Amino acid sequence: MGELNKKSAKILVFSTEKISDPAIDMAGLMKLHYPPTVYTISIPCSSGIKSSWILHAFEKGFDGVFIAADGSDCVYGETCTEKTGALVGKTHELMKSNNIDPARLRMAAICSVCSDPFVKQVRSFNEYLLKTLHP
Amino acid sequence: MKKKKIGVYICHCGGNISDYVDVEKVRQAVEGEDIVFLAKTTMFACSDANQREMVNDIEANGLTSVVVASCSPKLHLLTFRNVSQRANLNKYTYVHANIREQASWAHSDNKIGATEKAIHLVKAAIAKANYAEALESNKVKAQKSVAIIGAGVAGMKAAISLSNKDCEVILIEKEPFVGGRVAQWNSLSTTTETGKEIVKRLYDDLITRDNITICTNSEVISNKGSVGNFTLKIKTTPRYIRQSFHPEDLTRAIEVCPVSVPDEFNFRLTQRKAIYKNYPGEYPQTPVIDIKNCTRCGACEKVCPAVDFNEKEEITEITVGSVLMATGFDPYTPGYGEFGYATSENVITLPQFKRLIDEQSGTLVYKGKVIKNIAYIYCVGSRQTKGDNTYCSRNCCTSTIHAAVTAKSKFPDINNFHFNRGLRTYGKQEILYADSLRSGDIYLQSYEDGLPTVTIEGNKTIVKINDILTNGKEIEVEADLVVLVTGMVPRADNKVGTLFKLPKGRDKFYNEIHMKLRPVETVIDGVTIAGACQGPKNIAESVNSALSAATKSYSIISKGELESEPLVAIIDQDKCTWCGACEKACPFDAILKVEDKGKIVAEINNSVCKGCGMCAPVCEPDAINVTACSSTEIMSMIDTLV
Ligand SMILES: Cc1cc2nc3c(=O)[nH]c(=O)nc-3n(C[C@H](O)[C@H](O)[C@H](O)COP(=O)(O)OP(=O)(O)OC[C@H]3O[C@@H](n4cnc5c(N)ncnc54)[C@H](O)[C@@H]3O)c2cc1C
Repeated sequence: MGELNKKSAKILVFSTEKISDPAIDMAGLMKLHYPPTVYTISIPCSSGIKSSWILHAFEKGFDGVFIAADGSDCVYGETCTEKTGALVGKTHELMKSNNIDPARLRMAAICSVCSDPFVKQVRSFNEYLLKTLHP
Repeated sequence: MKKKKIGVYICHCGGNISDYVDVEKVRQAVEGEDIVFLAKTTMFACSDANQREMVNDIEANGLTSVVVASCSPKLHLLTFRNVSQRANLNKYTYVHANIREQASWAHSDNKIGATEKAIHLVKAAIAKANYAEALESNKVKAQKSVAIIGAGVAGMKAAISLSNKDCEVILIEKEPFVGGRVAQWNSLSTTTETGKEIVKRLYDDLITRDNITICTNSEVISNKGSVGNFTLKIKTTPRYIRQSFHPEDLTRAIEVCPVSVPDEFNFRLTQRKAIYKNYPGEYPQTPVIDIKNCTRCGACEKVCPAVDFNEKEEITEITVGSVLMATGFDPYTPGYGEFGYATSENVITLPQFKRLIDEQSGTLVYKGKVIKNIAYIYCVGSRQTKGDNTYCSRNCCTSTIHAAVTAKSKFPDINNFHFNRGLRTYGKQEILYADSLRSGDIYLQSYEDGLPTVTIEGNKTIVKINDILTNGKEIEVEADLVVLVTGMVPRADNKVGTLFKLPKGRDKFYNEIHMKLRPVETVIDGVTIAGACQGPKNIAESVNSALSAATKSYSIISKGELESEPLVAIIDQDKCTWCGACEKACPFDAILKVEDKGKIVAEINNSVCKGCGMCAPVCEPDAINVTACSSTEIMSMIDTLV
């Protein structure tokens, strides 16, 4: 790891091909910087994320997992928000029972032009994780 | 599983990637991976030469799959899938890594971090490629029809272009008449044809075509489905006037209508009746009753038998393969008091000024006052330093100079003073600027931090500027009329954009996938954009984009069949215990309850499954995975990313 990276937490982002990917790409296009240890995995829809993936990420050493959710813009229908909420709730419970701080999993709706909100979210998440895990 | 043989190509993208990411270091970091057969860097992965090299590499070495690390997959996923296909590899074995938008650009402030991240991203792509399987695309029937929303010049021109192909066109216009903004401009810059003549020419052509249906007074109110099969509901408000009418009766009906409301066609400079037509040659030729403002007094019915208040609103459902959005723009409305707008009688906007000079002849009069000195204040609502509209509206410099030259030739006594911030009469439009200088127009200029001021002193309106062309000297003009050169903004009513979930850019106009390489497509498959709904454009530019959007929309549906991603949920029926949770979670009714080997299990109906994966997390025994997004693939990516 480079010198500069010492100060950033490892964050795994689940982002969606149609909605949040374009926002994250545009953040790069606009050179809105965020920690380089934020990695994105693209999936079709945020309500298709399994708790086991998130737990696996923590087990392997990720400090935080961020779900860049489709929100009401989901191309697969309006139930996405509620379903993503439910899977986050369920994962929080599983995290608690595995002694993992549930705040290490965050979710926010990131629309296709929400580059600024995305960057703000991951920056503040990074700060939270550094404070709590690497003080 | 047979051992994979993967080829990895890491792109410099000119310097867009390699200026920040050490691409050679990335190459070295991955070349030793067990399943990587070859790893190369390339100046432009998308270039013809590199594509040919990739095909040779695949064929000569029997590669089983390819990874390209370059720009966003939105730009080149398809390019490289096609390369794989040309080399007789199944295209779904291709995996893309985005190391430009998500590494070199996002972390241009930290080259070491950007390189480390790129290495991880490429390794994750290789991990995914290890599991990538040969898949067959799903085939979906696509309707060979296109709905065009908005019948301005862009929509009308797109309709004509599509109708030349074997394609049904439904042109949907929310106003009672076609033509959009161009119908509102009489004389136009860079052509001798008037706006009304252009609209007439297009309409005369449209109505001769059997495969075009024009719906005026109509709006799309719901949208279901996706590319190939969008089901739209269209609400059509009646005109309340039957098509066969006696023109004299109608003229009488308009005369006797007692209602008077501000005329939006003339940007509220004048009033109109509730039964109206904006100008005599307007299309369609039947006038309309503005039912919201009609008092139902019955005066028109008495003199005109064609008036029919029994006509009912209609809802029609259509299914089309593609949607072309051409809803245009609104002129910017200045804020209260902005350069004297709404606080001074003598301040109007450029669209109003265009209407004013169109309507008058002889002497130019506004609010009973003869106009001599006209001050044009440029960039109102565009290039804002305070406010959201930081963009340039492109067309206003030309339109203003054109309006000023037209006004001067029509009303020779006027004097034109242009308070500008630098002129942008690009291309041939520069000739107009020369014309204006020749006719004696005066140009005064400032930067954004020294904008002109408008003050009202008694009944005088004074415009002042520290003119940078005369070394910052304060110059003032006593203006009889101040014309605010207002730019273009997105339509205030954006319900239709929300219906199609069209993304908007920072300027709030609809956003294309890529400004240069995919300028009329949107991230919503099957929906293209044309004209000024995408950003400020003049007519030529609107028509250019309309023609390319028409071609793009047609190319999507031309085969009558679409290839859709073969992404579907897969059920491990040995694990499935049928609890019904997946059936409940599926928004597409794609889950069937079947009996298999004496056991009740879930089965996926592949023809309706969209591969969203909503069923997977709710499955307690973890019996569901989505193709190309299985737990094995995701977890192996996580292992390499950490
Ligand atoms: C003051 C001024 C002067 C100009 N002068 C010139 C000039 O001299 N030369 C030149 O080349 N260009 C000129 N332009 C630019 C020109 O007006 C535009 O290029 C042109 O209008 C763009 O056409 P369009 O079809 O994209 O949009 P529009 O003209 O805005 O047409 C869009 C159409 O879509 C309809 N619509 C909107 N929403 C919906 C919906 N939800 N459902 C259905 N229909 C909908 C609208 O009613 C409208 O009919 C001028 C612009 C301004 C502001």
